[in-house]
Amino acid sequence: MTKINVKVDGVSYADEVEPRTLLVHYLREQLGKVGTVVGCDTSNCGACTVDLDGRSVKSCTVLAVQADGGEVTTIEGLAGPDGELDPVQQAFHENHALQCGFCTPGMIMAVRDLLRENPNPSEDEIREGIEGNLCRCTGYQNIVRAAQAAAGVKS
Amino acid sequence: MIPAPFEYVRPSSVAEAVSAIGAAGEDGKILAGGQSLIPVLRLRLAYPTTLVDLGRVAEMQGVRDDGDAIVIGAMTTHHDVMHDPLVAEHAPLIAQATGTIADPQVRHRGTFGGALSHADPAGDLGAVALALGCEFVASGPGGERRIAASEFFHDYLTTALAPDEVLTQVRVPKLGAGWSSHYEKFNRVAQAWSIVGVAALVRRDNGSIAEARIGLTNMGSTPVRAAAVESALAGADVGSVAAAAEHAADGTNPPSDLSGQADYRQHLARVLTKRAVLAAVGS
Repeated sequence: MTKINVKVDGVSYADEVEPRTLLVHYLREQLGKVGTVVGCDTSNCGACTVDLDGRSVKSCTVLAVQADGGEVTTIEGLAGPDGELDPVQQAFHENHALQCGFCTPGMIMAVRDLLRENPNPSEDEIREGIEGNLCRCTGYQNIVRAAQAAAGVKS
Repeated sequence: MIPAPFEYVRPSSVAEAVSAIGAAGEDGKILAGGQSLIPVLRLRLAYPTTLVDLGRVAEMQGVRDDGDAIVIGAMTTHHDVMHDPLVAEHAPLIAQATGTIADPQVRHRGTFGGALSHADPAGDLGAVALALGCEFVASGPGGERRIAASEFFHDYLTTALAPDEVLTQVRVPKLGAGWSSHYEKFNRVAQAWSIVGVAALVRRDNGSIAEARIGLTNMGSTPVRAAAVESALAGADVGSVAAAAEHAADGTNPPSDLSGQADYRQHLARVLTKRAVLAAVGS
């Protein structure tokens, strides 16, 4: 077992993990952060996307030990203290940017990352920016609209 | 899926890394960004007994100017390479090709040196390094040595690196004035691995092409130079690019797989080489 110190959604944790523990399994099974989901288990779908030290990562493709000393933000850490939604969450809600909803946590994290890098993306740039996230319902139209709406709010 | 158990070592310097890799023996494995290795571990296609994580070796991160070359630390992430001002100034071909790798999340973790050491023939950086004439700097128990890009790639997933060596940095020669470049690739939309990719570097002189260097991705078990195209382009005018590109597949032995048969890849190589060279010269 290896000791790690991580801050997740603003709370500091000191835990023992096996080195082979994936970050997504640490988040879900040790911390109960089940808002972050496992989609494909092959690093393709992006459903497990979280922020690690301010950058989006696929948490199924990061070991928990690699996050030692780092700061993780999951979908569960976005809303404000009174439940006020993050602007990207709000935009997904208002634009009905989900069908089954399974890709949604990862999509929201990917769109937040995109808008941090490029606050006014074109439609093509949005589609490129979420290329690491797959929606098996193929509901991309409204996801792109939500990203455009969120960009409008933020700019 | 969960990887099989392994010991985890996290050195903080190149010297510590070399000794950790030596101590781990033949069943040890180096962890760079992990974007190829962790999927392999998760599928249990590999069972290393020890992982040596280079993530905290600060001296292997970042890009610096070294006179006639820029030096890219092997642990510099794709994202940082894409946004580095020295890379943009002296090797925009690297930034462009890096931007086509995988997706933003993978580029945040994946590293320049990790991708090159992994040596997947469908990876984009090998052909770029070959065309640019990069030098690979490796550290091992016997000290440091430099390996030319043309000597680095031995076979599918196999490089000149010894099991007890670590790639620490890549030296990218500054090309100087008159050079322009373009990376053109063809891939399935849901996966960014190249079916075929072409890295083109062209030096113009008085309107004609004085010199060209062409690297091909996934046209064999290693990246290769399209030597026949390079010869045909030397001294040629832009009007003869299409004819020169017809030689792009000469002497190649590309794989046949789910993404395409060998003859289809040879066709792609000719088409993409024409597009890459024309884009590089701005036509």
